[in-house]
Amino acid sequence: MTDKTAGGDVRLTGISKHYGSFTAVHPLDLTIPQGSFFALLGASGCGKTTTLRMIAGLEEPSTGTVRLGEQEVTHLPPYKRPVNTVFQSYALFPHMDIFENIAFGLRRRGIKSVKKQVDEMIELVQLGEHARKKPHQLSGGQQQRVAVARALINHPQVLLLDEPLGALDLKLRRQMQLELKRIQTEVGITFVHVTHDQEEAMTMADTVAVMNGGRVEQLGAPADLYENPRTTFVANFLGTSNLIEAAVESAGDQVVVSAAGTTLRLPGARCSTTPRTGGKLLVGVRPEKLSLVPADEEHTIAAGRNKVTGRITASSFIGVSTQFVVDSPVCAELEVYVQNIERDARLTPGTEVVLHWNPEHTFGLDAAQDIDAGTETVEEGA
Amino acid sequence: MSAPLGWLRRHLVVIAGLATLAYLTLPNVVVTVFSFNNPTGRFNYAWQEFSLEAWKDPCGVADMCGSLSLSLQIALWSTIGATVLGTMIAFALVRYRFRARGAVNSLIFLPMAMPEIVMAASLLALFLNMGIELGFWTILIAHVMFCLSFVVAAVKARVLSMDPRLEEAARDLYAGPVQTFLRVTLPIAAPGIAAGALLSFALSFDDFIITNFNSGNTVTFPMFVWGSAQRGTPVQINVIGTAMFVIAVLVVLAGQVVSSRRQKQKH
Repeated sequence: MTDKTAGGDVRLTGISKHYGSFTAVHPLDLTIPQGSFFALLGASGCGKTTTLRMIAGLEEPSTGTVRLGEQEVTHLPPYKRPVNTVFQSYALFPHMDIFENIAFGLRRRGIKSVKKQVDEMIELVQLGEHARKKPHQLSGGQQQRVAVARALINHPQVLLLDEPLGALDLKLRRQMQLELKRIQTEVGITFVHVTHDQEEAMTMADTVAVMNGGRVEQLGAPADLYENPRTTFVANFLGTSNLIEAAVESAGDQVVVSAAGTTLRLPGARCSTTPRTGGKLLVGVRPEKLSLVPADEEHTIAAGRNKVTGRITASSFIGVSTQFVVDSPVCAELEVYVQNIERDARLTPGTEVVLHWNPEHTFGLDAAQDIDAGTETVEEGA
Repeated sequence: MSAPLGWLRRHLVVIAGLATLAYLTLPNVVVTVFSFNNPTGRFNYAWQEFSLEAWKDPCGVADMCGSLSLSLQIALWSTIGATVLGTMIAFALVRYRFRARGAVNSLIFLPMAMPEIVMAASLLALFLNMGIELGFWTILIAHVMFCLSFVVAAVKARVLSMDPRLEEAARDLYAGPVQTFLRVTLPIAAPGIAAGALLSFALSFDDFIITNFNSGNTVTFPMFVWGSAQRGTPVQINVIGTAMFVIAVLVVLAGQVVSSRRQKQKH
């Protein structure tokens, strides 16, 4: 099944999905390179699962085409596509044992001697002694591995994963993330992973597409998305961002802006929009790029760094770092993460401080968007 | 004083269980005991002496085994008819949105709710007006009709609790529509279908009221028992009753043995 069409990217061209007057997915172009680990990331209802189901064939697109390599599969039923899915609730067949669950796909394709392949697959997911058990006798993590094995044994061209780790507890989730990544590297199959967990997406995927309201907001490598968000949604949804509304004083290679009387600088190349003198700009910086010193030590800060004064309103110690919230004239709630290398005992709530950071670490966003988009963190089980 | 009370309290569940069991099985015990009776008159109501006469010749009463075989046939066919139709209706009601779905959904339970005697009389009026000859077929049609709602109720509950993703998973794993139905949908719905079928068989086999109204000259086993009770009750009726009871218990026991064996194999 896979041999004759071996190789090839997943190519979505202008696909969209409407349910009556509701648009789940707006016309979307997406190319998923062969062999990559691709994540569709977004909150519940953003269209990521619908997109996945259109690749699987479980949902027919309202417009557009789906191609796997050279083959167009837009109107092929799921059982004729070289694509397999790991479902959110695993969807293991409750009346079959683990062996039969994993053998299901091979048997339906008329393969007679399945024993060797199934045994190998059971070994790969380390479920050797459970082959003759029924799904309900396994733990969540084991069921999850059966679901992966049941899909992978068919050597699909693309493996689709629909929130496969959503039902697991945090520790097991981290373990399974690494496990899945290992399996993907080993088998070299294209994985398309749908998740609402930004950490999960960044840990596992080579490329992440952030979806919001049925559209892809931004697509790129995890580090690139994190460092260079192009919209406030991405800036806030992926990690945390401090966004400061500022007026542009001069544009160019070096952009100079001012907010509440404070002058800040950032590289023109890191603006997702073209800043115009006299216009507005959202200036962003990640909390871990900021350094914090008590106000009376301002003179120790090297020249050329962005500086903002403020007062600590809250601090929480979380082991590797301490997270501060600083009230400043430019922004009422600046978040600062300080590594706990040498803890400064004077940095307690109420202390007047100066924040400073390298201007290179600053990014600029179009001011004509909702500054709080994407801040609401996602509910579980989307 | 407190010692017996304490004992009672500790064993209350067992006592209540045994009392319920006795309540349920006592009639069966009486039927069984009297199947070994050798009554003097025409009525088998007073114990005389132990005898195996009736057991040696269960069909010794004129027409009884004929009516028994007819009842078994009707029960078998109405079970098949009601199970097939009821399963399809249950799937349609759960899976599809169509016009009059709500009406069908509530009307299907009408036979359960309506007094049987009313339905029996109305059915008779219907058959007479349509000019259909009363007999085997009218009994069968009536039985399928009242068994249907029980099958629909049993299968619907099962289909409702079934994860639609299971069928999606089957389709995703190269099973076409027919394979998906045979390999996944049907096996998962099977317990509900079996429950509906067993209920249908039991309901059809011992139905008297509707059958009596719509049978014409045909005599089923319950009708035979009723008819003979006017003139005298042959011991053979108790023999048949006891045999049915024993067969039912054996089937249940066999089922439990099989399922417990399966459980053991897994561990």
